[in-house]
Amino acid sequence: MTTAAEPKSIVEKERKMGIALEIRNLQAWYGESYILQDMNITVNQGEVVTLLGRNGSGRTTTLRAIMGLTGARKGSIRIGGVESINLPTYKIAHLGVGYCPEERAIFSSLTTEENLLLPPSVSKTDKGMSVKEIYDMFPNLAERKASQGTRLSGGEQQMLAVARILRTGAKLLLLDEISEGLAPVIVQALSRMIVTLKAKGYTIVMVEQNFRFAAPLADRFYVVEHGQVVETFAASELDSKMPVLSELLGV
Amino acid sequence: MEIFGIPWPLMLSQLLLGLVNGSFYAMMSLGLAVIFGLLNIINFAHGALFMMGAFFAWMGLNYFGINYWAALIIVPIVVGVFGILIERSMLRWLYKLDHLYGLLLTFGITLLLEGVFRSFYGVSGQPYQVPALLSGATDVGSLMLPNYRAWVVVASLTVCFATWFVIERTKIGSYLRAGTENPKMVEAFGINVPLMVTLTYGFGVALAAFAGVLAAPIMQVSSLMGSNLIIVVFAVVVIGGMGSIMGSILTGLGLGVIEGFTRVFYPELSATVVFILMGVVLLIRPAGLFGKEK
Repeated sequence: MTTAAEPKSIVEKERKMGIALEIRNLQAWYGESYILQDMNITVNQGEVVTLLGRNGSGRTTTLRAIMGLTGARKGSIRIGGVESINLPTYKIAHLGVGYCPEERAIFSSLTTEENLLLPPSVSKTDKGMSVKEIYDMFPNLAERKASQGTRLSGGEQQMLAVARILRTGAKLLLLDEISEGLAPVIVQALSRMIVTLKAKGYTIVMVEQNFRFAAPLADRFYVVEHGQVVETFAASELDSKMPVLSELLGV
Repeated sequence: MEIFGIPWPLMLSQLLLGLVNGSFYAMMSLGLAVIFGLLNIINFAHGALFMMGAFFAWMGLNYFGINYWAALIIVPIVVGVFGILIERSMLRWLYKLDHLYGLLLTFGITLLLEGVFRSFYGVSGQPYQVPALLSGATDVGSLMLPNYRAWVVVASLTVCFATWFVIERTKIGSYLRAGTENPKMVEAFGINVPLMVTLTYGFGVALAAFAGVLAAPIMQVSSLMGSNLIIVVFAVVVIGGMGSIMGSILTGLGLGVIEGFTRVFYPELSATVVFILMGVVLLIRPAGLFGKEK
């Protein structure tokens, strides 16, 4: 494990190489259960990466481990070159990370707009999207800004959960199953949103069950099984990898 | 003028007395509700910290010449800092455990604090003078209104509603509300939740100390004054339901008034009416009048 005092040169080197997220030999536990056994993932700046795998393979846990929301963690997680394995959760966010959990975590005691405005800015240099830009992108949220957050429809709650991390200046987005259980028209809207975000230079790590949603969006794929990466390939190799994928995932 | 055979002035004076007691219930249960919401700790030490507030006001006046008005500001800060030390050194190790551990620890702190004050000052009460500005009473027609009691009601209601406003209507309050629902997620947004938890406990404790200073001129300042109050306050919290800000304010005030009227109509019941109501509420709405079912 690396210590808190980082040589400046490493941080600068990784920034220059354009690595947004580098996970090395990550192990993570929930209480007694050993979930992540040896995760290794590298995400370049501006890339969209999708973690594929069966339920319980450790994809959600990987995102939670990046945020420091699991139990004990071991190994190395560098965000923009900065080692974060020993940082408390709130400091990890300030490395410029936005996290959208699978359960969406919309707060019922807050209105839609309060939910949207809750996350503070996590970047000194990056302003993030303005509230107006977000309302232009998701007009439904503007219409219902005074409603209790949990009174929104499932799709609107999902938009809100993603929208609120776009305001903060976070450039690395961790999106967990954002297309899950939503109507096709909303899934299409979300997929347009990912394309827009990618064009704006965001780095995105997605966990997706919906292969047809993820396939056209991602630059690279990791297949996770038993808390380890068992296969990794680029979007261009997708066709040739389909036999392997259908065996691993049953898609 | 009479209502149900009870003279109007008697009725009014009991109403005022009920409001005064209700103000203390409201401030105390408000602090408990805020602390329980974010920390998941049932702060049994709340009564002892109330007593500490009253005692510090008395000590400040007698040893350092700190008058009532200064004490009203200084004492809550001092006791609040004391609360912060308790949170940092002891409570924070208990958040992941069952409620019972927090209750036991704060019960132990209560015994310690009460023991310390009892060993120095015994159990007999120390008198605290009503500040000159508020001594006497005002004639409001059918009743002589004691100025200090009126002030207690006004001051505590102001503090309660200011607290409600900050929590329900401001940005800082939205952090607290969100943190009460899902602290891990709020932290994942980059908010320093551990600090927020510490400050919230400090605030809840300061509120108890503020109530203690307000109580000093009305109740006898004694090491047991907190335990007498806290039992009723816990019943108030059960009736109102943990976790609702406005719920704890309204329930506190309402029960004070109900207690006051019971004293007029059937004095024998006045000490137990709150507990009878608690039983009834628990049978009908186990989560309390304003509480949410989990």
